[in-house]
Amino acid sequence: MYQILKQIAKTGLVSEPAPQPDEALRLGAQRLRETVLEHFGRSLAIRHVDAGSCNGCELEIHACNSPYYNLERLGVRFVASPRHADLLLVTGPVSRHMEEALRRTYDATPEPKLVVTIGDCGCSGGIFGESYASRGRVSNVIPVDVAVPGCPPEPAAIIQGILTAVSSASGRRSSPASR
Amino acid sequence: MSLPFPDLGIEARRLPGALPAWHAELERDALRGVAEKARAQKARLVALWASDETPRGAGYVLHVALALRAGLAWLSVALEREHPRYPGIADIFPAASRMQRAAYDLLGVHAQANADQRKWLRHGAWPGGVFPLRKDFDAAARFDTGEDRYPFVRVEGEGVHEIPVGPVHAGTIEPGHFRFSIVGEKILRLEERLGYKHKGIEKRFEELSAEDGARLAGRVSGDSTVAYAWAYAMALEGACGVEVPARAAALRGVALELERIANHLGDLGYLGNDVALSFGFFQFWRLKEDLLRLQRELLGHRYLMDYVVPGGVARDLEAAGSERLREALAALEAEIAVLRAIYDEHAGAQDRFIMTGQVSPELAERLGLTGLAGRASGQAHDLRFDLPVPPYQDLAVRVAGHIRGDVAARVSVRFEELAESLRLIRALLERMPGGELRAPMPAPQPGRRGCGWIEGWRGDVFLALETAAEGRLHRVHPHDPSWQNWPALERAVLGNIVPDFPLINKSFNLSYSGQDL
Repeated sequence: MYQILKQIAKTGLVSEPAPQPDEALRLGAQRLRETVLEHFGRSLAIRHVDAGSCNGCELEIHACNSPYYNLERLGVRFVASPRHADLLLVTGPVSRHMEEALRRTYDATPEPKLVVTIGDCGCSGGIFGESYASRGRVSNVIPVDVAVPGCPPEPAAIIQGILTAVSSASGRRSSPASR
Repeated sequence: MSLPFPDLGIEARRLPGALPAWHAELERDALRGVAEKARAQKARLVALWASDETPRGAGYVLHVALALRAGLAWLSVALEREHPRYPGIADIFPAASRMQRAAYDLLGVHAQANADQRKWLRHGAWPGGVFPLRKDFDAAARFDTGEDRYPFVRVEGEGVHEIPVGPVHAGTIEPGHFRFSIVGEKILRLEERLGYKHKGIEKRFEELSAEDGARLAGRVSGDSTVAYAWAYAMALEGACGVEVPARAAALRGVALELERIANHLGDLGYLGNDVALSFGFFQFWRLKEDLLRLQRELLGHRYLMDYVVPGGVARDLEAAGSERLREALAALEAEIAVLRAIYDEHAGAQDRFIMTGQVSPELAERLGLTGLAGRASGQAHDLRFDLPVPPYQDLAVRVAGHIRGDVAARVSVRFEELAESLRLIRALLERMPGGELRAPMPAPQPGRRGCGWIEGWRGDVFLALETAAEGRLHRVHPHDPSWQNWPALERAVLGNIVPDFPLINKSFNLSYSGQDL
């Protein structure tokens, strides 16, 4: 126990400031009312769905929970069921074998809900494209609010995408990032 | 004509390149005899796949890659055009079973007398009787995702019930389905159903130029991007007769070891997390993040994607960068030593690790368990030592090894491999040769074969390719070590309690994407 406490004290706090929302990542018009976003902005529950990625984006989603980014400090946490989620974080081109699971996960998520897609494949189909086995971009299957490109996008970009989704397009309301 | 495998009774032709690999054509009737002889010599099955040669006026071909002491044997068995079939080898090499099922789903080559004839990679995206990797398959074809019936094996008896898990899991992990049959909390049987991530990677290769294929190869399993990109580059360089400059080979070695370190750090963090030692998660993920940032700064990408390119590497490591890396790795080594002592002495963590999820050496040998999980179960194979290609030939890689085969052993192997990778990078940086970073790649001649075989952090990544006309690819088969190790996970969990499954699963950390293709 002494060694653990010593290591914790030696490490100190390494968390860095969170990025600001970026309206350029928003795909369409803001869909949710500002009062809803205000609640989401304080405590956001995320369900991650890998719809067919190469697993590169998952590495960076994991990294969002590392002490440098410390996503939970912003009131954002990953939950085990879509029924507990406010936002779906979707990676991959959507493989045809995951299409139904993705739709069902989306349907199981209570309204109001948001969808953020992570990575070039989710945004455009990426190098895998559309084929007998791939439906390509996530918005071919479910509505998407914010799309974060990158192969894979770095943790700060992923967090920026999440914060963009819960901030208001008019920029009126404070997002967790400004706290 | 050389005879690298005198006891197998086959005539093999050496494939060009640094890797000791030979190719041989076999008669269909000879396949099982050769497989049995190879098995008797403790050969391992590396991969099994098929190809369509009908545009060349032939039929289909079954390919089998075996790991023998002298090197890799790539065996090709010509099959007829109508109802292509061959005698299955899953009774000789159990790992062949799922590969044979996948070869049927994709190309319609039928393994006779295979005990398991169920589909494997095919769910509802295409109907039975349609084979997407056949050359006459219509690339524009889309099939209605119909009903997907899959007959799981049922366990019956008093008090037995099933827990279906997935494809969407509770954590941030890849999709797959696990069907547990349990009594009380104890696991009686686990059946995996994979293939959810099948996105047509092998077909996609055939639409790309050989040059563009490198990017796709680096995205078969993103966590092993260096290993795949290198295996692809090695295969293409062999097919084109290109020799990689010494400096590029050394930098590839540095990149591969960095990939191993980054993944092992992440896994050790999660293994701590899974036994309620969240301190371990935060510490190891801090160290991993430091390394990822340095990789981005020095080599251009956090995960080194597209760093290994056909002919060499994409970017140099200057003297100043080399010094930065050396300093960072020295600091990392000291931190790992502190954390290892904490893990080793943490009674709660060790209580969960020890005797959990065991795979005995006998079972590991039988199933062909490979990579770090194999080395934790007495299978002391490591390509970097067994068949070293540049830059490993003078490094005398120390192969990690344990025989307990439990989670604790897989944790120990990771710690030992971290130390060894740190040593290897230091040695590579010290004797970094000068010279070019990239040899020019000529457009490949059609009909050339090449293969790459790389000891990635998870295990040996294999890639076989054959070129087509106009710089394109006739057939590419990337093979992930997870093919061998997923079936062993089904056995490792038996008799364990359901709440230990995430821990056991994490201790293997297998790829879904690499297997699903």
